[in-house]
Amino acid sequence: MTATLEATAPSSAGEIPSFTVTLRVRRFNPEVSEESTWEDFTVEAHGTDRVLDALHKIKWDMDGSLTFRRSCAHGVCGSDAVRINGRNRLACKTLLKDVNPDKPITVEPIKGLPVIKDLVVDMEPFFASYREIMPFLITTGNEPSKERYQSPEDRARFDDTTKCILCAACTSSCPVFWTDGQYFGPAAIVNAHRFIFDSRDEGGSQRLEILNDKEGVWRCRTTFNCTEACPRGIEVTKAIQEVKRAMITRAF
Amino acid sequence: MANATTAVAKVASPRSPYARRKTTRGNYELYSWVFMRASGVVLLVLIFGHLFVNLMVGEGVHAIDFAFVGGKWSNPMWQVWDLLMLWLAMIHGTNGVRTIINDYATRDLTRGILKGLLLLAFTVVVVLGTLVIFTFDACPADAPAELLASFCTA
Repeated sequence: MTATLEATAPSSAGEIPSFTVTLRVRRFNPEVSEESTWEDFTVEAHGTDRVLDALHKIKWDMDGSLTFRRSCAHGVCGSDAVRINGRNRLACKTLLKDVNPDKPITVEPIKGLPVIKDLVVDMEPFFASYREIMPFLITTGNEPSKERYQSPEDRARFDDTTKCILCAACTSSCPVFWTDGQYFGPAAIVNAHRFIFDSRDEGGSQRLEILNDKEGVWRCRTTFNCTEACPRGIEVTKAIQEVKRAMITRAF
Repeated sequence: MANATTAVAKVASPRSPYARRKTTRGNYELYSWVFMRASGVVLLVLIFGHLFVNLMVGEGVHAIDFAFVGGKWSNPMWQVWDLLMLWLAMIHGTNGVRTIINDYATRDLTRGILKGLLLLAFTVVVVLGTLVIFTFDACPADAPAELLASFCTA
């Protein structure tokens, strides 16, 4: 079996098929026009290329003015969340072959946040909400001389929400956030969940109080857009519902 | 120093000056969320009970006439049933539409007008409905006897 393979195609071993793909990018430059426009770029891509690789090819070889954020390029830093074919994804985790390269692939900035240029949005409203839920350990009393012990079961309670990379894919996929920028948004609630259900943390009731706002968890309509958008596979809507439940058990 | 301050003020902020308009904490949204669930469950019983009694029991839908309604509203049990159904359904529905207005109306003025109209509609229906349930006269004086409930002639 191996011998036949070697005999028939010795030269093509390890070769990756390449194809041309059209990227339809939403361009915006406030110094030129107040209106944003679509621009098509056709690039040669390999079967293993991601959308980010195609964006790089455009920026490096075709149009250096194309602006987008990216840092680690490996799905960890959360810089390059964009709307690809109408869905929020990380450009560095989305393979071109998975988003139907036969048709033009649309690439837009994430919705609900002010666009600065091309695919770059102002993340400040997003991070302001994140800061408001106090994403740090709150304790009382003396510092222990050893580590703060936590059982594996207690750790597992909030394991899912520790995975957040703050890419804003969930918050900017939320239809409530699109029309109401004052809404805390899924990401802030997920990061509050991470501390509310941490057995070592004692600021739970403060965080619940902050999120028991008109613009807090009660604006969630459980449309599951955030769960679908999360590139880390966090069950965002479930986390929001757990925060709601904690509030109700606290109130009654 | 004063010149420096004015110079700084002239430079536009590079970031959007994001600020929460005001904190709107409180248990109002929590209670309204719980109310929606609780009233929904109660309404299921009330509405399907109502439909069953009106459309299925006895002659079913053919039994409904002035006498049938008059008979029901002479019974305190059905008065309370219908009153509860009216109030719960109206508050449940109004609260639902309120959240929809909050979700879709972006401008404060639009939201205010829509909520005002909603409150007006709510008040008219609830006041009128409550009035009818309690002041309904099952036996009007000059009506033909065959249209009235059996207890009128007694």
